[in-house]
Amino acid sequence: MSAIAVPATTAPRSGWRQLLGFNLLSGILLGIGGWYLGHFIGGRITGANLTYYSETAGQNDIAIFLGYLLGVVGFLIGLGFANYPLKRLIGHPPSLAERESESLGLYRYFTLSTDHKVVAKQYMVGIGLFFFVGGLNAMLIRTELLQPNVHVFGANQYLTLVGMHGSMMMGIMTSGILGPFANWLVPIMIGSRRMAFPRIESFTFWLLMAGSVILITTIFFGGFQTGWTGYQPLGAQNTAGYDAYIGFFALVGVSMMLFGFNLIATIITMRAPGMTWSRLPIFVWATFATATLMLLAAPMLIAALLMGAMDRTVQTTFFIAGAGGSAYLFQNLFWVFGHPEVYVLALPGMGIVLELLPVFSRKPLWGYRLAVAGLLGIAFLSFFVWQHHLFVSGINADLRPFYMLSTELISLPTGFIFLCAMGTLWRGRIRLTVPMLFCLAWIFNFLWGGISGVFNSDVPSDITTHGSFFVMAHFHYTIMGGLIFAFFAAIYYWVPKMYGYKLNEKLGKVHFWVMFIAFNATFAPLFGLGFMGMPRRVVTYSAGFQGLNDWVSVSAYVLGLSMLVFIFNVVWSLAIKREPAEPNPWHSKSTEWQLPTPVPVHDFNTVPVFDQDPYPYGVEEKPSGVPSAVPAGGST
Amino acid sequence: MNTESEHHFRNVVLLWLLASVIATPIVVFVIGPGLPPGNGSAQAHGQVVDNTVLLALATPVTLAVLVYFGYVIWAFRERDPDTVVDGPPIRGNSSVQFWWLTVTTVLVLFLAGYGTVRLLADGSGGGQGPNPIATPAAFKSSKALQVQVVAQQWQFTYRFPAYGGVETHAIELPENTPIVFNVTSLDVIHSFWAYDLGVKADANPGENNIAYVMTRGPLTFHIRCAELCGVWHGYMFNSGQVVPHAQFVSWIAQQQQQYAPATKNNAPYSKTYFPQPVRRGG
Repeated sequence: MSAIAVPATTAPRSGWRQLLGFNLLSGILLGIGGWYLGHFIGGRITGANLTYYSETAGQNDIAIFLGYLLGVVGFLIGLGFANYPLKRLIGHPPSLAERESESLGLYRYFTLSTDHKVVAKQYMVGIGLFFFVGGLNAMLIRTELLQPNVHVFGANQYLTLVGMHGSMMMGIMTSGILGPFANWLVPIMIGSRRMAFPRIESFTFWLLMAGSVILITTIFFGGFQTGWTGYQPLGAQNTAGYDAYIGFFALVGVSMMLFGFNLIATIITMRAPGMTWSRLPIFVWATFATATLMLLAAPMLIAALLMGAMDRTVQTTFFIAGAGGSAYLFQNLFWVFGHPEVYVLALPGMGIVLELLPVFSRKPLWGYRLAVAGLLGIAFLSFFVWQHHLFVSGINADLRPFYMLSTELISLPTGFIFLCAMGTLWRGRIRLTVPMLFCLAWIFNFLWGGISGVFNSDVPSDITTHGSFFVMAHFHYTIMGGLIFAFFAAIYYWVPKMYGYKLNEKLGKVHFWVMFIAFNATFAPLFGLGFMGMPRRVVTYSAGFQGLNDWVSVSAYVLGLSMLVFIFNVVWSLAIKREPAEPNPWHSKSTEWQLPTPVPVHDFNTVPVFDQDPYPYGVEEKPSGVPSAVPAGGST
Repeated sequence: MNTESEHHFRNVVLLWLLASVIATPIVVFVIGPGLPPGNGSAQAHGQVVDNTVLLALATPVTLAVLVYFGYVIWAFRERDPDTVVDGPPIRGNSSVQFWWLTVTTVLVLFLAGYGTVRLLADGSGGGQGPNPIATPAAFKSSKALQVQVVAQQWQFTYRFPAYGGVETHAIELPENTPIVFNVTSLDVIHSFWAYDLGVKADANPGENNIAYVMTRGPLTFHIRCAELCGVWHGYMFNSGQVVPHAQFVSWIAQQQQQYAPATKNNAPYSKTYFPQPVRRGG
């Protein structure tokens, strides 16, 4: 704990002069400049060698990739990421402290911040923004599917919407829970004052934002028709819009990898005295398991995309059959990443649910070791199941029984998580607050997701359901019904501590019930549509499916409206009503609730010492719980 | 376990037994026969049986979780929200954990074993790559009809090597005949999905993907591409027919005659074809 920075002593710039520093504005300006520079260089290189030049103007992949690359570099330099290495080179390393001053106010949120709580809030707003964009895409997709024939969008626009929706949700939401909540909670829960690598922490966030903007630029280059899986050689054949997909997912991959690395380093090395492995809050364990997946899986994705980019620019043939390559290669690489990735989406939700159930049933977590075993077991097994995405592809058909077994084995550790949830509620004193409702909904939704997953894992059954709406319904139940419901549970639960204002409980309940009912009304019929033979990602379908599709579309609109209730609640509670929250409105015994609201920049004034497990409910001797050291401010 | 616990536990078990006893037969005997993909072929029927077994197992498991949570939320809800009282500090129960692990392990191993047996029996209609492991004897005999499915953006073409390599856009199959589909692609990845036959096999460029199906009586079956293959993926569908043997013979003879000029110029029959790869300029 010796490396903790002292608060700033130099006065920060004030007023409009702040705009002249290294911040989002200069980042955007340098980013745009970098894009034009890269595009110009790319054009000059390829102009000299016409074989690399594509048919139409604006479709020069080399120029576009160089534009994205230099654009991102410019953006990051503008935000100040080059300052530390450059100053270090000339012998004047800047201290962390100068960017952590509270007196900078809102300005901190538009800069490279090394305060983990600021980065967490940046993540929350940034991810919320792109989650909203991805959700709007879903609304447009459902609008097109109101009729069995093409009536609003063309086939290309439709597939671009499908691809953007999928990429945005699968890419950005990998940090959906960890971004806001692991960044905010993990250091506090383990008694640290910061992450192991604060600059990398900020770097991962701004990289994710740069990537997201790149994905949206696909609409200027003709979109892409591959969906989020980006299969080759279809990708090689796509217009330049596919370059945006590659750029986006590669940056997401780098961001995931570094984020996972940072979290692992933090959890291993930054724990306070007494915070042994068996006293880690379960959310930290879930974060640890997820971070391992992020670190180990993302490089596969980056490799696959790099090969795809080379096929498109320097005329390699990694994925071109008949020219030495194979379409199977991309599928393999993609799903070696892709299956651990869906557990990157699922595990944090489990962590949130298991963390919150003890608070709202006022009991210790039941079967702590079993829960840890479940999380680690899922993480481990998820590396050995990827070819269940390829059961009918003809690749390694002899291994299908193995992948069927390994996939079904995942239901064992998942069952541990359910058992721990069940045991925690047993004879508890259950309070149905808004976060608790979202947690219970998680259990309900994930149950259906898991049961339908058994059908997908069984090869004979999967032969019909593969590539159909059944699979679509299955993973929306696990990801939307799992990740997103846990995400909202976490928001309603921790926002009072993070922002100092409690979200309105009544509006929260309206939000929950509308969202829960509309979610099930939207996705349950999709199981039926898949069973009846409707394939995914089609712009047209049999006229006989229209009734169910219309029902699904209308339910999806209601689901979208429930998000507006949430946004209204946020604006009402955090901007208009501004009713200060109590320091511990949920009477939780976790560390973060023992700190004053708002949590000071350096979290703890003294190093906390932990001497008991994180869920001391029902223990009479130490009702105040957690760290025995006096926390900063000494409130509560 | 004290008496209050036993009382609640007994209630949960009784409720679960009641719900399962009612729901499971309904699922098996009412929903089961209507499960996809129907009884259009031996493989499709096998999938229906498989789906029924899975549902019969999934129903009590799902009900166990639902009944448990429903009961617990009702029975242990906080009746006085103004007080904060902790529940008993129960941190685990090794015999519950042991039995949970045992039961779920048995279930999972049974499912994997059962799925494997069914898969290896007749291939279940799925694509098995160039060297199928699940090859019932019927598909090796000379009675088996070889049909090549050539996918390209955005249509399927069917080629019959036993009939001079004739290529057709429509497909008819003889009834009660073992059919060997050889699925390949000329450009990107497609997937040949004959829904009513229970057949799905990805079409990969440069690869031969074999799927078996044993047809039954006359039937119209629907074919869709099940792998996103570009802009007009949504339009890549047609339908085919299973017809009596005599009708098939006359149909294929007519096709041979009609396409004779084209068949002459076709590439020689092969497991895969490599058209000139169209690559992007840069």
